[in-house]
Amino acid sequence: MFKYYLQLGLRSLRRNPVLTALMVLAIGFGVASSMTTYTVFRAMSGDPIPWKSDKLFFPQVDAWGPNPRNGTEPADAMTYIDAVSLTRDHRAHLQSALYPIAPTVHSDDPTQKSRTAPGQAVDSEFFPMLDVPFLYGGGWTAADDEQHARVAVISKSLNQRLFEGTNSVGQSIQLDSHSYRVSGVLDDWHPQPKFYDLATTDAFGTADQVFLPFTTATDAQLATRSGFLCIKLPGPGWAATLNSSCVWIGYMVELDTPSQVSTYRTYLEGYAREQQASGRFGWVPNNRLRDFSAWLDFEHVVPPQTKTSFVVALCLLLVCMVNTVGLLLAKFLRRSGEIGVRRALGASRLAIAAQFGVEAGTIGMAGGVLGLMLTWLGVQVMHGSLPRQFAALAHIDLLLLWQTLLLAVVATVLAGLYPIWRAMYVRPALQLKED
Amino acid sequence: MSIHPILSALRRQKTGTTLIALQIALTLAIVCNALFIIRTQFEQMGRPTGLDERNLLMAATTQSGINSSTDAGKATLDASIKADLTALRQLPDVIDAYETRSIPLSGGLWGLGIRMMPSGAYGSHTTYFDADEHTLATLGLRLVAGRNFRSDEIGEDDDFGVLQPAVIIVSKHLADNLFPRGDALGKPVYFTSATKPSTIVGIVERMQTSSTYSGTDNRTWDSTLVPMRLVTPSRHYVVRTRSGRLAAAMQSVPAALYAQDPQRVIPDGSGGDEAGVRRFAQIRAEAYQGDRTLAMLMGIISIILLAVTGCGIAGLSSFWVGQRRRHIGVRRALGATRRDIVRYFLIENALISVAGVIVGILLTFEFNGWLMRQFELTRLSPVYVLMGVVMLLLLSQGAALAPALRAARIAPVEAIRSS
Repeated sequence: MFKYYLQLGLRSLRRNPVLTALMVLAIGFGVASSMTTYTVFRAMSGDPIPWKSDKLFFPQVDAWGPNPRNGTEPADAMTYIDAVSLTRDHRAHLQSALYPIAPTVHSDDPTQKSRTAPGQAVDSEFFPMLDVPFLYGGGWTAADDEQHARVAVISKSLNQRLFEGTNSVGQSIQLDSHSYRVSGVLDDWHPQPKFYDLATTDAFGTADQVFLPFTTATDAQLATRSGFLCIKLPGPGWAATLNSSCVWIGYMVELDTPSQVSTYRTYLEGYAREQQASGRFGWVPNNRLRDFSAWLDFEHVVPPQTKTSFVVALCLLLVCMVNTVGLLLAKFLRRSGEIGVRRALGASRLAIAAQFGVEAGTIGMAGGVLGLMLTWLGVQVMHGSLPRQFAALAHIDLLLLWQTLLLAVVATVLAGLYPIWRAMYVRPALQLKED
Repeated sequence: MSIHPILSALRRQKTGTTLIALQIALTLAIVCNALFIIRTQFEQMGRPTGLDERNLLMAATTQSGINSSTDAGKATLDASIKADLTALRQLPDVIDAYETRSIPLSGGLWGLGIRMMPSGAYGSHTTYFDADEHTLATLGLRLVAGRNFRSDEIGEDDDFGVLQPAVIIVSKHLADNLFPRGDALGKPVYFTSATKPSTIVGIVERMQTSSTYSGTDNRTWDSTLVPMRLVTPSRHYVVRTRSGRLAAAMQSVPAALYAQDPQRVIPDGSGGDEAGVRRFAQIRAEAYQGDRTLAMLMGIISIILLAVTGCGIAGLSSFWVGQRRRHIGVRRALGATRRDIVRYFLIENALISVAGVIVGILLTFEFNGWLMRQFELTRLSPVYVLMGVVMLLLLSQGAALAPALRAARIAPVEAIRSS
């Protein structure tokens, strides 16, 4: 039966090619604009660590008190004092303080120019907490954290440049004026948005190339390469920076069960109360413990422009659907005579619905195929015109391919519901009489 | 011709009429807002920074291995910066150069509160730029009152610590903001945490901050120049080249810097890094890339939308013509002229369009309100709505014209021909 309806549908579509082309074009363009903006939106609002994101939490401790800049919302980053205290108390299953650094990598080869390597100062638990994949070796140990050891984890690309991709574990690299022992080499790892570093940096930067122990980096007076916010400016010198109320350190914890989460909340409350009692905080405890998605939301990972274009593109699709309703109605009702004959010969209303449903679906498929081609074109255009760091994100994969086709068919069939209903209730007697 | 028969015909094809009206309403709502967004973005992008943008470039460089928190390290860095600047200023392509951490539109916002007293509420906030006596000449900023910095006023900025220079130069916007009576020159102000005052010795006509974001408070024009040379391993040199020598300077500037210190880092822009040496046009393009893309998308979507709506109206209108062949034939046989038939379909279309446009105007403001709440857009000006209304009425009439003309060609004999 399906095959017969398909033949009927195709014959009907061929009968008025202009009307058919109009519908296919409308659906194609509507779907393509939605999908093009959606690829960008999807890339930006993505979860790069879906298997674990529900266990990751981001504590905030209010070190400023109520102030004109943030109001009563605590700053998203932490002071050095609070970060170190949280690490020392170690109340989460896994936890790490972190801040972005940019040491200079010197090469032994005199023909190679020195380069800045973007990276992070983290604690040893950062690697198991984020399931960071290693090509060679692994992260450093908790003992290395405590001893402020000169160890480093480097990225695959840095390993390629410095050691031609060979296993460099145990070798040493020269960062600024110190040498560090390589404890591990990462496999390809560039989560986007870069959720672990949102407190101080943009969500879509370049991949980190070097990781050093937090304790070692602060020892070496490696300044943050990013946000450093103060309510009261520190005196000169590194020690004053560490002791200041300026916030510049991100913090992440892994909490596996709801009871761990509530225990950690209680701990943060107690910590802030202690600081209040000691006179460091002149205000009541004001903490947050945001989960992964709340954190991405809070940090405005998806820029408003991306949201605007996505919404406007969806509205375009809506107009295209309204357009298709009108055209399908015209098309189906023009064939009232045919419907009348089929009904008189014994076709049920359901059979009529199936016939026109198949026809609408065919238009949807054709629109979907056109939409796919246009989406591909759209994504190419976006690559050329988006800021470099976003452009790489927008890509077409198999899932998007299916989503595009599905969206086209669903949109067309939805648009076809009313015209199909009208076709089902064409009165056969009236049609036959008129003819 | 009376409208009455048209209305009664429309009543019999309620669905089609409603669909066209709805489509016109939605299209109007989207196109008006899209045009408005495009206009807003272009306005943002077109704002001059106040600099002489044509002949400017900025070079980022890092010297590592020098501890800037020790006195010896500082002295080394200071000497190296002075040597770099001397080398740059001697280049034949270069007119002047200075060192800083950011310039307008370059990103990296360094902000401070500013007030009339060492304590109390802040009168305003400002973005500050490190500057020396070469800054005004290099950037091409126009001094409208007061004077430039003197070389003996330039202090050291070690990146941290309280900022309280004895003298500052501010943008006119900030000056008027702080001192609405226009007497800012010579007045003392205090930055965040400062205990010593900074006196305004100069006012420049216009200087944008390093961020493109422009909220309703227009803080993007509140800039301050502080007489400080940044003495840190990472820094930027801003270079003004001779007219027509920008391309040459893009090569000679990094070469001169490498000649001073072969071990320094100047990112070459490979591997996804931002290039270390950028002309101002690049800085501007990168700063506004998001806005430009949004404007382009809105433009494309509007064009598609208008095309789809136009085609939809044409499609439905010709369906109606087809449906009413006999009816048209009868009217022609009874003496209606071709012109009457065309007029009939155009008036029918106009009635539907006007209904659609009325609903559309309401939708437009609803949609604008939603965008305002969600994305901090400003209120839509009625001019855009008017433009949209005219555009859609013309589009709709244009789309109905071809089917109407086809209807006019229907011969009276159709009236008696069996369908």
